Amino acid sequence: MARRVAVAHTVTATVAAWIVGFVIFFPILWMAITSFKTELEAFNTPPSFLLFQWTTENYATVQERSNYLHHAPNSIIIAGGSTLVAMVIAIPAAWSMAFVPSRRTRDILLWILSTKMMPAVGVLVPIYLIFRDLALLDSRIGLLCILCLSNLPIVVWMLFTYFKEIPKDILEASRMDGATIGRELVYVLTPMAVPGIASTILLNVILAWNEAFWTLNLSTSEAAPLTVFIASYSSPEGLFWAKLSAASTLAIAPILVLGWFTQRQLVRGLTFGAVK
Amino acid sequence: MGSITLQDVRKAFGPHVVIPGANLQIEDGSFVVFVGASGCGKTTLLRMIAGLEDVTSGRIMIDGANVVDVPPARRGLSMVFQSYALYPHMSVRGNIAFGLKMAGLPRPEIDRKVDAAAAILNLTSYLDRKPRELSGGQRQRVAIGRAIVREPKAFLFDEPLSNLDAALRVQMRQEVTRLQRQLKTTAIYVTHDQVEAMTMADRIVVLNAGSIEQYGTPLELYERPANLFVAGFIGSPRMNMIERETEQHRGAATIGVRPEHMTVSRDGDGWSGTVRAAEHLGSDTFLYVDTPEIGSITVRCVGELGLGEGDSVRLRPDPTRIHRFDKSGTAIR
Ligand SMILES: Nc1ncnc2c1ncn2[C@@H]1O[C@H](COP(=O)(O)OP(=O)(O)OP(=O)(O)O)[C@@H](O)[C@H]1O
Ligand SMILES: [Mg+2]
Repeated sequence: MARRVAVAHTVTATVAAWIVGFVIFFPILWMAITSFKTELEAFNTPPSFLLFQWTTENYATVQERSNYLHHAPNSIIIAGGSTLVAMVIAIPAAWSMAFVPSRRTRDILLWILSTKMMPAVGVLVPIYLIFRDLALLDSRIGLLCILCLSNLPIVVWMLFTYFKEIPKDILEASRMDGATIGRELVYVLTPMAVPGIASTILLNVILAWNEAFWTLNLSTSEAAPLTVFIASYSSPEGLFWAKLSAASTLAIAPILVLGWFTQRQLVRGLTFGAVK
Repeated sequence: MGSITLQDVRKAFGPHVVIPGANLQIEDGSFVVFVGASGCGKTTLLRMIAGLEDVTSGRIMIDGANVVDVPPARRGLSMVFQSYALYPHMSVRGNIAFGLKMAGLPRPEIDRKVDAAAAILNLTSYLDRKPRELSGGQRQRVAIGRAIVREPKAFLFDEPLSNLDAALRVQMRQEVTRLQRQLKTTAIYVTHDQVEAMTMADRIVVLNAGSIEQYGTPLELYERPANLFVAGFIGSPRMNMIERETEQHRGAATIGVRPEHMTVSRDGDGWSGTVRAAEHLGSDTFLYVDTPEIGSITVRCVGELGLGEGDSVRLRPDPTRIHRFDKSGTAIR
């Protein structure tokens, strides 16, 4: 009896999980499907789900009209670079806040986060002018900096939460064992924080890859990443749904693949500390 | 090599004074136990000796040199934590070897020392396991192995056995004592378990609200407690404190009689009372007796007396083992 109830529970939970998963994944699936339709088909009401004339012409057109291989490296450099710089700054910052807190540490953390509470568009004009005067408009280094800065608060917070979970005793034990601060960081703290650091890197890469406000406003061609590539297919008339879908599918493909292969790490990092 | 001296060591966390001023002289090679109730500052005192906590004022001398400004890594002490604090990502071998690696010893020497320590602690067959694959007792042994392998000037233990079950605790208690006698290394051991304190220590430090109430051998503390606090803290069941005037007082404000230092009879002279409850342990009997004269008294008798609830009894204290205290609680000698 109890066993049958347990089985029923498992079945219900599994079905529910699949439904939720499907609902969440649906927009991406729909986008991928749409990218294989003709423009006319894409515009149809009611839309057809699978029974239509599949075509790859959109991909051909997209590659013809704009150069995917010009934008993809920009995305990689900007997302990867901004993540790298953010980690170099955030690891020591989070470390000191987690393990040598002062009376103001809490306030500093909140203050760091407060910059995230302001809509980015609120500072668009000053940032734009600064970029113009520093000749950073449409430059990779400029985008790298702005994305790094805008993601830094979240990176510091995530790392801080992970480091907080590491028992202080273990660090103190290494100190008693004769380790200097530097060796304590390298031999004890970092290896223990690897899951947290890895998932922070992954999340930050994804955020930076998909960031569309600063990249669209501060770059036009030279440094333009894949977000600009997508946006060039969203015309006010909205007549290029299929091509827009094809461009979007191309743009998110690398990050989707990355996410797929690292999902175990990602989930472990995101739930780190929740189940101890 | 490992004498430790505290001179007027004070510790305050902000406005909150935890250690108002401690003076202590620990001789090389001795086993000293800090006991006291929870929150009395045992861990804080130990961590200051380790260097993990700064002293607010005062001096800590190790082998005659003031170390208050020396970081923990260079004090030459090793510590066993209550939580074991093993490095989870290293094998048992890696854990034990870590300190030697930090000291820059050559690889063959490290291996030799780790193997020797593992042999002493029966860990040889676990050397390649990760800490999470060990039982609590094994983890504790790894933590001890990590401490002894470095041949420190002193061991610091912070309630190392409190996470183990009762039987294992007794066994580890004996192992730790044997190890310390064998290595002749100074040890400071924090516990709130007075049985551990009495059985392991060469000398005991009784702490109360951050102050050292008495420093002496286990038997000194039992036989000649310096004040009411120590008298009440050491010994189980607790010493009976009698404040009402009786002929035994002879000028003391309070007298204390341990439960085991009284004889019980059904008649004769002595304090009369009625048994409120009796606990029969087989080897011992604990009687809780209400007396009109001096209040509630606990008595411990050897063997089985056949006394039960409601019986009237006479209690006679052993006159040579009555402890007398003045108004401030200090023992009168
Ligand atoms: N970092 C700290 N900040 C403020 N107060 C502290 C800090 N550490 C300890 N205390 C206080 O100092 C007092 C002594 O603490 P300590 O940990 O030394 O007690 P203890 O004797 O080891 O107790 P236990 O037997 O429970 O381990 C306690 O009142 C505690 O609240
Ligand atoms: Mg403690």
